[in-house]
Amino acid sequence: MPHLEVRNLSASYGDLKVLYGVDLSFDKGEVVALIGPSGSGKSTILRVLVGLTPYTGGDVVLDGQPIQYGSAGNVRAARDKMAIVFQQYNLFQNMDVMRNVTIAPVKIKGRPRAEAEADATRILARVGLADKSHAYPDELSGGQQQRVAIARALALKPEILLLDEVTSALDPELVNEVLDTIRDLAKDGMTMLIVSHEMAFVREVASKVVMMDKGKVVEVGTPADIFDRPRSERAREFVGKILRH
Amino acid sequence: MEEIISEIPAFFSLTNVRFLVESMGITLALTFFGCGLGFLFAFFIVYARQTPGHWALPLRAAAIFYVEIFRRIPFLVTIYLVLFGLAVIVKNGSLFAIALIAICIYATAYTADIIRGGFESVPRQQIEAAHAMNFGRWRTLIHVVLPQSWPVILPPAMVFMVAFVKDTALVSQLGVFELTFRGKELANQGFSAVLVYTTVALLYFAMSYPLTRFGQWLEKRLATPRSQKPQRKLR
Amino acid sequence: MNYTFQFNIILAHWPELVQGALLSLGLALAGFWIGAPFALVLAAVRTSGPAWLKRIAGAYVTFLTNTPVLIHIYFLFFGLPELGIRLDKYWTVIAALVMATSAYGCEIMRGGFLSVRRSEIEAAETLGFSRAQVILYVVVPHIVKTIYPALANYFIVLTLSTSMAMIIGVEELLGTAYNIASENYRHLEAFIVAAGFYIIITFVASLSLALIGRWAFRVKAKIF
Repeated sequence: MPHLEVRNLSASYGDLKVLYGVDLSFDKGEVVALIGPSGSGKSTILRVLVGLTPYTGGDVVLDGQPIQYGSAGNVRAARDKMAIVFQQYNLFQNMDVMRNVTIAPVKIKGRPRAEAEADATRILARVGLADKSHAYPDELSGGQQQRVAIARALALKPEILLLDEVTSALDPELVNEVLDTIRDLAKDGMTMLIVSHEMAFVREVASKVVMMDKGKVVEVGTPADIFDRPRSERAREFVGKILRH
Repeated sequence: MEEIISEIPAFFSLTNVRFLVESMGITLALTFFGCGLGFLFAFFIVYARQTPGHWALPLRAAAIFYVEIFRRIPFLVTIYLVLFGLAVIVKNGSLFAIALIAICIYATAYTADIIRGGFESVPRQQIEAAHAMNFGRWRTLIHVVLPQSWPVILPPAMVFMVAFVKDTALVSQLGVFELTFRGKELANQGFSAVLVYTTVALLYFAMSYPLTRFGQWLEKRLATPRSQKPQRKLR
Repeated sequence: MNYTFQFNIILAHWPELVQGALLSLGLALAGFWIGAPFALVLAAVRTSGPAWLKRIAGAYVTFLTNTPVLIHIYFLFFGLPELGIRLDKYWTVIAALVMATSAYGCEIMRGGFLSVRRSEIEAAETLGFSRAQVILYVVVPHIVKTIYPALANYFIVLTLSTSMAMIIGVEELLGTAYNIASENYRHLEAFIVAAGFYIIITFVASLSLALIGRWAFRVKAKIF
C-alpha cells in the first residue's frame, strides 16, 4: 500500500484554478521530487496536504485512510503525520532556536519538556547546529535558519516530510549545507516530498521525479527517465532548458 | 485679581487639598482600571472579529459594529447611554460602576483597532507555520502573534491612555467624585473659578504629562531592539 | 427588563435635532478654521523660531494637550467673567475649540514640517526665497499631503467633542437631545437617536473629507 496517494486533486485560489486533477503516489521511504516551472502548482500540492490551502476536488489518502480536510479533526490528524518546511523558513522570531524546535512537541503533542529538549539537542546536532540552541532567528544566517526549520519539522517525528523549495531563498554558498542535511535524511529512510529547482540534487537524491506544468502532471519517472529520456514534449522542453548549464 | 490671590490660603486648606488629592486618585483609578479592562475586552473583540468560518459571520459583524459605533459617538453620549440604559436593568447602580462601564465600552472600542493593528503586523508566514504544526488559533495568538505584537501595540495604547486621563473629566457629569467634579464643587462653594480651574488644570497636567513622557520613552525603547542585534528579549 | 421603547416621540422632534446637528458642525468648523492659522504659526515657531519663543510655544501646546478641554471650557465660562471678560456660551465653546485646535493642530503640522527634508528648504532658499516664502511655496504643499489624513481625523474628533458644549447649555445635537429627553422622560431613546445622528454626521464628514482629499490633494484617505 502506498504511503501517500493523491487522486485527481484540484485546487483554486479564488477564481484562479491552480491544480487540475493531479495524481501522485509514493511508498514509505521514497523521496519524490516535484519539478516544473513556477506557477505549475507544486507548492500548492504541499499546502493542500498540510491543510493550508483548501482543495476543490479529489482525494488525499494517507496509509489507506482518506483525509477529509473539511473536518478540523481530520486536518489535525493529517498535520500530525506530515511536517512542512517552507521556503522562507518561517521561524518564530520571538523564540530562540531551542524553543522554536520544542514548542510544538511540548504544547501540541504534550511531550514532557525535558524529553523534548533532549530530543531537540540530538536533532540540532544532526543538522549541525548543536551550539546554536539559544540563538534567536535574527542572529542566524539563512542556511542556519533553514536547518532550524528542518529540525523543527523533524522534532514532530512526522511520517512524511514536505520540503517546499527550501533552498530557493538562500545565498548560493548556504545551499549546500541544507542539501547535505536533506541528503542525510533521505539516507535514513525518511519519506519526503521535495519541491526544488536544484536539479543536480534532485537527480542524486530522488527515487521518483514528477514533472508538473500549469497545474497538471506532465511526466513521472525515475531521475534517469526524466532527465535523460524525457518522453513528453513539455518535459523535453523543460529539461532541455534547465540542463543547458 | 487681588481678590483671587487673597483666596489662595483658604482654598488650599487641608480639607480641600485632601479632597483634591483623593479625587485625583479616583481619576487615575478610573483611567487605569477602565483602560486596563477595556484593553482586555478589546483583545477578545479582536479575537472574535478574526474567527473564521461562515457560521461566525454574525460574530465578526457584531465585533466590527461594536467598534465602529462606539468610535463614532462622543464619549459623553456613551456615558448617558450607559447611565439610562443601565437604569432600565438595574435599579440602584453605583455611579462609579456606571462610570467604569462607560469607560470600558469606550476604551474597548478604541483599543480594539490598536490591537488589531498589532496582530496584523506579524508576518502571515509565521502564522501559517504555526497552523501547519497544529497550533490552533488561540495557541498561535498567545505563543507567536501576541509576543511580537507588543512593540506595535504599546505606543498607541499609551497615547490613548494618556488622552483618556483627560476624558475622565466628562464622567463628572455623572456625579462621580473625580477631579473635575471636585473642582465644580469648590467653585460652587464660592471660591474663584479662575483659581479653582487653574488648579484643576495644573493637577490634570501633573497626572497627564508624566504619562506622556513615559509613553515617549517607551516608544523609543521599543523602536530600537529590532534593529540592534543581540539585545532582544522582548517576549 | 420591562421597558417599551418609544422612539416616535423623539423622532417627532427631528427638525430640532437636525438644527442641533448643524450647530455642532458649525461649532466644529469655527473652531477648526479659526484655530488652524494659529496652529500653523505655532508649528512654524516650534520648528524654526528663536529658542525663547520655541519654549513659550512649547509650554502653551504642552499645557493645552495635557489638560481636558472641559476644564478649558469651565475656565473660560466661569473664570473669565471674574477677570472682566464676558463671552456668551457659544463663543466660549468656540474659544475652547480654537485653543484645542491651535495646540493639537500644531503638533500635527509640526510632524508634517519635520518630515520635510532639509535639502528642499536649502534649495529653495538658494533660489532667493525668503523664509516665509519657503514655507508658503515649498513646505506647505509638501506637508499638506502628509498631514491631511491626520487633520481630517482630528476634525472628526473635534466634531464629536462639541458635545461637551451641552454642559454649559448650548443647544447643539446632544444638548437638544437632552432637552427633548427631559421634556418627555424618554432619555434612553433620545440618546440612542442622538448617537445615530452622530454616526451619520461622522460618516458623512469622513466620506466628504476622504473625497476632498482624493480630488483636491490626491491623498488616499480611507473612505470608511
